[in-house]
Amino acid sequence: MSTKVAVHHDEHHDHPKGMKHWFTTTNHKDIGTMYLIFSLIMFFVGGLMILAVRAELFQPGLQLMKPEFYNQLIGNHALIMIFAALMPAATGFANWMIPLQIGAPDMALPRINNWGFWLLPVAATLLILPFILALFGVGDGGAATGWTLYAPLSVQGGMGVDFAIFAIHILGVSSVLGSINVIVTIFNMRAPGMTLMKMPLFAWGWLITAFLLVATIPVLAGAVTMLLTDRHFGTHFFDAAGGGDPILFQHLFWFFGHPEVYILLLPVWGFMPQILQTFSRKPIFGYKAQVFSLIAIGILSLVVWAHHFLTAGMPVPALLYFMYSTMSISLPLAVLFFCWIANIWKGALTFETPMLFAIGWIILFGIGGLTGLVLADVAADAQYHHSYFVVAHFHYTLFVGGIMGIMAGVYYWLPKMTGHMYNEKLGKLHFWLTAISFNLTFLPQFFVGLAGMPRRIPDYALQFAEFNAISSVGAFILGLSQILFVYNVIACARGGKKATDKVWEGAEGLEWTLSSPPPYHSFSKQPTIK
Amino acid sequence: MQFLNKVFFSLFLVLSGTSAFADYTWNFPTPATPMALDTLEVHNKFMVIVCIIFIVVLGIMIYSLINHRKSKGQKPSKATGPSTKSQIIWTILPFAILLYIDFILMGIPAYHSVVFMEDTKTNADMVVKVTGLQWRWQYEYMDGEAKGIKFVSNLSTPQDQIDNKASKGKDYLLEVDNRVVLPVGKKVRLLMTSTDVIHNWWVPAFGSARDAIPGYLRETWVKIEKPGVYRGQCKELCGKGHGFMPVVVEAVSEAEFKTWAQDQKVKLAAANAGADKQWSKDDLVAKGKEVYIKNCAVCHQAGGQGLPPTFPALTGSKIANGPIFGADGKYLKDSHLDRLLNGKNVMPAWKSILNDTDIAAVITYERNGLGNSVGDVLQPSQVKAARQ
Repeated sequence: MSTKVAVHHDEHHDHPKGMKHWFTTTNHKDIGTMYLIFSLIMFFVGGLMILAVRAELFQPGLQLMKPEFYNQLIGNHALIMIFAALMPAATGFANWMIPLQIGAPDMALPRINNWGFWLLPVAATLLILPFILALFGVGDGGAATGWTLYAPLSVQGGMGVDFAIFAIHILGVSSVLGSINVIVTIFNMRAPGMTLMKMPLFAWGWLITAFLLVATIPVLAGAVTMLLTDRHFGTHFFDAAGGGDPILFQHLFWFFGHPEVYILLLPVWGFMPQILQTFSRKPIFGYKAQVFSLIAIGILSLVVWAHHFLTAGMPVPALLYFMYSTMSISLPLAVLFFCWIANIWKGALTFETPMLFAIGWIILFGIGGLTGLVLADVAADAQYHHSYFVVAHFHYTLFVGGIMGIMAGVYYWLPKMTGHMYNEKLGKLHFWLTAISFNLTFLPQFFVGLAGMPRRIPDYALQFAEFNAISSVGAFILGLSQILFVYNVIACARGGKKATDKVWEGAEGLEWTLSSPPPYHSFSKQPTIK
Repeated sequence: MQFLNKVFFSLFLVLSGTSAFADYTWNFPTPATPMALDTLEVHNKFMVIVCIIFIVVLGIMIYSLINHRKSKGQKPSKATGPSTKSQIIWTILPFAILLYIDFILMGIPAYHSVVFMEDTKTNADMVVKVTGLQWRWQYEYMDGEAKGIKFVSNLSTPQDQIDNKASKGKDYLLEVDNRVVLPVGKKVRLLMTSTDVIHNWWVPAFGSARDAIPGYLRETWVKIEKPGVYRGQCKELCGKGHGFMPVVVEAVSEAEFKTWAQDQKVKLAAANAGADKQWSKDDLVAKGKEVYIKNCAVCHQAGGQGLPPTFPALTGSKIANGPIFGADGKYLKDSHLDRLLNGKNVMPAWKSILNDTDIAAVITYERNGLGNSVGDVLQPSQVKAARQ
């Protein structure tokens, strides 16, 4: 009876067609798709920026660009990759998968969902506009301050900084709206019988991410607003001459900035065990331990922010506190690693593309985690800080932990989303090219950083030349390999072998009980969890 | 082709694992101070620990990836957590090991290193103040035989090398006009500050890096053990010249340091004496050009055209062509001299960086060169008077 009602309901929907459909849609899957496509486009925009940088760094000397423009590229690369590529990708998955995984028909707040997405292109335009305006002689380009926008450099900067501030405000509103939606959906729309401790880990990861966003985005918004008033309205929050403190900005920024790292990673940590489970045909190992570890990391991430500027000068007790608290993050993280590896142990493993990405992800993300443990040491940090060692470290955590994780998720869920299988051979090729060229790019940066190369410099001394040349070659292979990914995704969306409902032999969870692709209103009849 | 050759050469170097290239390093540079030695030891120890963790865990994974395959007929276990007593022990063991590594094996030496690093005051022999400016360093000796010596240290790599018009020298981008000279074997307390944005004074061989923050004093220390020249760079993004403000320290014996300090004082006295003599216009313009190229050209450009809108042109500028002194003989607000002495926004205040002669010379040069022809001469004595 209820199925009949749903069909009837669907037929009478007056769906607008074409662009109007996408502007007005409140469907969680449509919005999720838009988030993912937007994220993919911005991934290439941010990628092109950094390829220009790597081309400049291929050899010592200034070949392609002025240092001013170089500074604009590095900062906007980070802003775009973090806010416009990684975060929207995670939100796209949240939209698609949280309702499917918890047995809900849609997200709880569909109109807010629509608005949350459509703020993003506006913010991205604001970020990119100063570059285009500069071509026409208006202003001097994008923010040239690095993505951290440290005062007083950002107080001194051109109008690109103002554009970045407003872009951050809009991105922040979008993120908070998305987070509220996730929280409300998870707390109110779970299928009967699905207690919180039966909820899929992806939903758990996102729930904690959402709380972190709600807690920290307002602080960032406040900090950049203070920056705005310092720039234009004569306040002195960050100006020592007026009684302010430049380091205050760093405290506020990193109070947001450190949890941000986990905001990017927690959703991935959430779905990764599901991928491992699927391809090792073995139930999730240590579910409770993983949930509590995710919560512990979420809480710890709020109290370790100052390790991002240990060289700024702090009293010894503060240094010690931030050192030991940072080290303690390794404990819950180690529990997660333990569970992931235990999940593989004595499973019946097969190596489809998502599994390859998942395994590569564990290994390479492990390097990021272990170097992070070393970075926490205050004395050694004086050397690592703002050197290429740090650049390599956070690309092992954010490119692998974030982007390669997202790619694992894309390959895992793409058949469910499109109803077609992707090209497995191309997928595997994409994985190997990505993993190898990623290491070619970033492994040398550890060494060049130890040897003493500071980050964010457009030109460097001769002893750094060899490693930089290797790194640039790696970066171009890495960039080009991603074209395979786009091709594979588009081909899969357009057609290919039909996917079954379960798609993968070992898949577990509510999303695999629906057809591929799932019906427009997902669960029109609520499933019951035993 | 040069492009490809370079790549292959680099790959060859990495693969062969040799140190054929003299400057080529895989780790921190050879430590020159006790702090750097401590840092290197801590770093090496931690690297060994994390490498062992990595290899052990990777080994376990690889064993599983090879043996626990569906194609080998492995039946998946249904375990969702440790159940037997021995399994629980095997689960708790890595956690306990990590706890030990974090807070004892790594934590205790890290504690001592922090305390050692932050103790800038005990037995300090001398104090040097380091000021970061966009984009140069200023050094001021605060006590001892060098007390009162104060100078600016600029990048001395020619622009042609940076623009690939000339071949690059051995110390490309790591060479300056005035090195900061420090005695070996003395604990030197370094006070850091800045006049504009945040900089960071870093010499990798010293193991110390500290931010220079405008309006605040931060401190670190060095005790150089071997005479020699040590090179480093600014490592906090500070604008377009961030990659071009190197730190070069020359460590000398105590006797040599005393001689150097004497020489500097004589030079300083001569330079200050210049303020009392009457200079000819040509001498001022010639000296002014030197000062301009060193200090001003990075923003206002060698030809005076500037980089608008942030760095205005001097050629035809209202300030560089307007009057300096008012009817009462005092310099006018927003005049050429006012702007140089006190700065505004991005323009630094030069009164604490340049001496009277330099300021008079560079103003005279800017008014009579760079396409301007005001025709007047500003004497160093007038600058000296204006400072009071």
